[in-house]
Amino acid sequence: MRPFDFQRADGLDHASQLCADGDSKPIAGGTNLIDLMKLQVETPQTLVDIHRLPMGQIADTDDGGLRIGALASNTATAVHDRVRSDYPLLARAILAGASQQLRNKATTGGNLCQRTRCYYFMNIDQPCNKREPGSGCGALKGIARLHAVLGTSDQCIATYPGDMAVAMSALGATVEIADTSGKSRSVAVRDFHCLPGDTPWRDNVLEEGELITAVILPPPVEARQLYRKVRERSSYAFAMVSVAAVVALEDGRFSRADLAFGGLAHKPWHDPRLSELLLNKEPSAQLFDEAADVLLDSAQGYGENDFKIPLARRTLAAVLAEATGMEL
Amino acid sequence: MTAHLKQDEPDTRNLLDDMVQGIIGKPLARPDGLGKVTGTAPYAAEYPIANCLEGVLVTAPFTKGTITGVHKDSVLSMPGVVAVIDDQRLTARAAQGGAGEAPAQPARKVGYFGQPIALVVAESFEQARDAAKHLTFEYRAENVADVPLDPEKTDAEPQDGATRQGDLAQAMSQAAHSVDVTYTTEGHSSAAMEPHAAIAQWDGNSLTVHASLQMPNYNISELADALDLGEDQVRLIARYVGGGFGSKLGISEEAVAASIAAMELERPVRVVLSRQQVFQTIMRRSETSQRFRLAADENGRLTGFGHEARVSQLPGESFAEPVLQSSEFLYGGENRLLQLEVARIHRMTAGSVRAPGEAVGMPALESAMDMLAEEVGIDPVELRLRNIPECHPVNGLPYSSRKLAECLEQGAEAFGWDHGPRKPRQRREGEWWIGTGMASAARVHNVAEARARVTLKPDGTALVETDMTDIGTGTYSIVGQVAGEMLGLPMDRVLVDLGDTDSPRGPGSGGSWGASSICSAVFVACEDMRATLAKKAGVSVEELKLKDGGVIGGASLVELLDGEELSVEGHYEPGAVEDDFTASGYGAFFAEVRVNRFTGETRVDRMLGAYGFGRVLNAKTARSQCLGGIVWSIGAALTEALLFDPVDGHIANCDLAEYHVPVNRDVPDLEVIMVEERDPAASPIQAKGVGELGMCGGAAAIGNAIYNACGARVLGFPMTPDRVIAAMPE
Amino acid sequence: MPITINSQTYDLPDDPRVTLLDFLRHDLALPGTKKGCDHGQCGACTVLVDGMRINSCLSLAAMHDGDHVTTIEGLGTPAAPSKLQQAFVDYDGYQCGYCTPGQICSATAMLQEIANGWPSDASESLEGPMEASGAEIRERMSGNLCRCGAYANIVAAIEDVAAQEDPA
Repeated sequence: MRPFDFQRADGLDHASQLCADGDSKPIAGGTNLIDLMKLQVETPQTLVDIHRLPMGQIADTDDGGLRIGALASNTATAVHDRVRSDYPLLARAILAGASQQLRNKATTGGNLCQRTRCYYFMNIDQPCNKREPGSGCGALKGIARLHAVLGTSDQCIATYPGDMAVAMSALGATVEIADTSGKSRSVAVRDFHCLPGDTPWRDNVLEEGELITAVILPPPVEARQLYRKVRERSSYAFAMVSVAAVVALEDGRFSRADLAFGGLAHKPWHDPRLSELLLNKEPSAQLFDEAADVLLDSAQGYGENDFKIPLARRTLAAVLAEATGMEL
Repeated sequence: MTAHLKQDEPDTRNLLDDMVQGIIGKPLARPDGLGKVTGTAPYAAEYPIANCLEGVLVTAPFTKGTITGVHKDSVLSMPGVVAVIDDQRLTARAAQGGAGEAPAQPARKVGYFGQPIALVVAESFEQARDAAKHLTFEYRAENVADVPLDPEKTDAEPQDGATRQGDLAQAMSQAAHSVDVTYTTEGHSSAAMEPHAAIAQWDGNSLTVHASLQMPNYNISELADALDLGEDQVRLIARYVGGGFGSKLGISEEAVAASIAAMELERPVRVVLSRQQVFQTIMRRSETSQRFRLAADENGRLTGFGHEARVSQLPGESFAEPVLQSSEFLYGGENRLLQLEVARIHRMTAGSVRAPGEAVGMPALESAMDMLAEEVGIDPVELRLRNIPECHPVNGLPYSSRKLAECLEQGAEAFGWDHGPRKPRQRREGEWWIGTGMASAARVHNVAEARARVTLKPDGTALVETDMTDIGTGTYSIVGQVAGEMLGLPMDRVLVDLGDTDSPRGPGSGGSWGASSICSAVFVACEDMRATLAKKAGVSVEELKLKDGGVIGGASLVELLDGEELSVEGHYEPGAVEDDFTASGYGAFFAEVRVNRFTGETRVDRMLGAYGFGRVLNAKTARSQCLGGIVWSIGAALTEALLFDPVDGHIANCDLAEYHVPVNRDVPDLEVIMVEERDPAASPIQAKGVGELGMCGGAAAIGNAIYNACGARVLGFPMTPDRVIAAMPE
Repeated sequence: MPITINSQTYDLPDDPRVTLLDFLRHDLALPGTKKGCDHGQCGACTVLVDGMRINSCLSLAAMHDGDHVTTIEGLGTPAAPSKLQQAFVDYDGYQCGYCTPGQICSATAMLQEIANGWPSDASESLEGPMEASGAEIRERMSGNLCRCGAYANIVAAIEDVAAQEDPA
């Protein structure tokens, strides 16, 4: 870990000011940042401690939704009464990730900003365009087991590794962001993370000095909510593929089919074509297959991760079958 | 004085059974337990030593070449940095188990990506860690495209000692039933929970090193040789060892580096490997590719047995994963071909990881046997029972004591094994296929020379001293139990002092030989001591019944000793009995798994291991060893694989997030059966090794259960969801 | 504000890079908390901060001003072990012992989480109350690796204590 200047923010504005410099990083739970600082993947000159700012509340919104403060711990979110009753998908996704120890520290904002687990990104003796622009991508010719099959570029095939944001994407949540001038803006979770393109170092749309203040969940809907995480180890492992589903049927036809996927891309993957395809149709094995065709029509494997393409197809079918009570 | 026994004959006296203290074999709690659960038992890095500097190793960012210059000034002006060590004596690898001499030097000659090349020493850990990342150096690296990295694309050298008997090809062509299949296994890491660590202190003449070691008896020679010191100038201390599993058999880079730094700087130096460094610089279990040719008659009796395996290793290292070890003698078949070959590649050093050989050889063999049972159309338990040979199929030696049939039968019974016809996909619960599988277990029995000093104090307590270690296996318990049983002392009157090379040389913890070897040395000392005590008590040694600190109905030990101290060094040596018998531990595994028909995920629902490993010295710690073996079987079957970068050979998944050792949730209810056995040829205490046997074949029981559940015959371990899906019939 | 560890107060380290784990092990000579991976991947460094279990390796000591930390040394001593500590001895819930302090700290907090009615990934329903069943314990203890493979005994030890009227 490089030496750094340790600053304590005494308010949101102060935090934004301190973070406005490109060499500063906010720290809250620290479960990802300290990990990467020890590896010198992250080398901030200033660390801005925001963990005691009063941004951990979870509160109802006027329209019946829920506002989850950026500093609410993953545990606090997962065990919150309304999350459990109205957004079980979110509780399930959080509980499927990491360990209780990590969830107790990890925060909403930090988890959204969690960086990739790409082996090459995490090893400073290896090339990585995300960590060191222009150095190349070690995974392209190397071990791509964890890597993306959708939305990749020739610069980067890393995945976003989290679970929580996948659920938030399916739920249609919004990220609330404060900029350095104290102004607030909102970005859909679906638009929060970037694809690597030719700027692979950019994980998300946050500008320098901007801080996440909350995530807003829309009012709950009558639907089945499922989170399915596939992993070889039964716990304490990142997803090979995960599927978040908010699904409802009316008269035997899909009246809602909001789906998001983890483990497949540089962001929680949401493809609006899927709900377009599914809505107003009767669930069937063939329909699920067609949905997978749409989901994966641009998918590309890189050797070690080729399996994700059939695995995503099969997992999607399993989730849609479970959500609709169909026997496949 | 010394009492010596070289075991040339089986010891059928079963003397421990004649003792009356009644503690041998009992499931007693560990004497070291309270220290462990309260955090007061000190591990290597945890000794409070004043003025101690912190060292962090710097590793090579290339695969093969030479460090031509180290720019010490690139870090010497950083805060707290005291020195950069790039001494010629720095070691490039860990020593192989039992080497007894320095591992490869100098470190500046690089043979694998991530090899240690220098040590940065600073006042604090944070300073040293940062400076280690900043150190610059010059090197000449060979073009990595010309460096062999892939074992499958590299010519392999056949190893000596192949078995060729009869004509296997002919047996295959004439067989009523046959299997010709190749299984692969991936590299494994020991991944002991305690990273390798050492604190070295130098007083100008002698060196004291607290380190995490399995075999101080060899490590002292390795370290002395590496440093050009006499063994009498070196003292190693390893009282608590946070797991080894082979990774701490030989002296490793951090201990040598800490020692050189301490000698040069004349201050204590601590070096602890990071978890990533443990993965990259210690030992890997080689990946394997294993072809089986099994020929059988119409009844399933083997007529031909072929096992040809390829493993890999760095050039210049002699160790080769001995995957054929138990295939040599486990099953019959008069036409035999067993051949091991080694591909020389520049991945990190291959070495011992729990149960080298059988850990991956047995699962592959037992998978092939499952295919043969299906081919023949008989129950897989029955197939094993029909193929237990009368004597060693090649050299004709008798088996010492073998409980394979008992394990198979008692295991099947306790598990509720269904001996009926076996067809995949007979049970389904929702998304899950459910199935069962079984496998035999075998692991060669080893013993090693061992010494221990037993001292009876005038107060009637005993002290046992040896440099033998307890790496979690229960040595503190069983050494105390053997001494207590022989001398008639309850456990709280026997103090066991381990892991200090100032004490007599033990056998070290490795190859599962530790328990039977060190306890034999203790036994030999106690037997001698009993003769002295019998004389003092005025009875024959056969009549001497010692219990609870005295002769039953007679004098107490305090009275017999009369203020004197009795001290005997027991010295046990393996002898000619080894040449007269085939000695091995045996067992059987039974597993029930569920396989998700969509995702290919496999979860083990229950698992049983039945084992015969001679006398049980402590039923609690022996059972725990068996449980651990089953957990390792689950890891080998489902999750564990080192992933090597094809471009430069480095380990991509070099941490515990991505190298998946089993977690608690992966492990279901487990049952362990320890079959009653005494093996008089195995050791004077009739005991054999436990720890490794526990995993030798278990992964096959799980793999065979996957096939039985869903019809996916996966030909590579671990059977991850992607592989299961690929093999699953639609 | 100083930090309180096992009821004693200490000043925080000068170097902000020092993790809570290294602060305990090096600066305070409390090596009962173990360093297994230093990256939140094994759980050996688990301690309780205001009753919540965390990985002390992924926490800067400087961020714990005013916090109350309990380590394995604060849960019991060889002369007076906690119920969980004693149960781990009785059930052989360890082998090498290196992951053990983390397991016990983790289990201590876990029993409280179950009492709180917090769900886990293994819970059939997200709504309480929660039970200390084998399946629940296994999932909830999965953040603590044990390479020796003592899991079955760890679960047995915890189940025993959980079944007692006052697990503390």
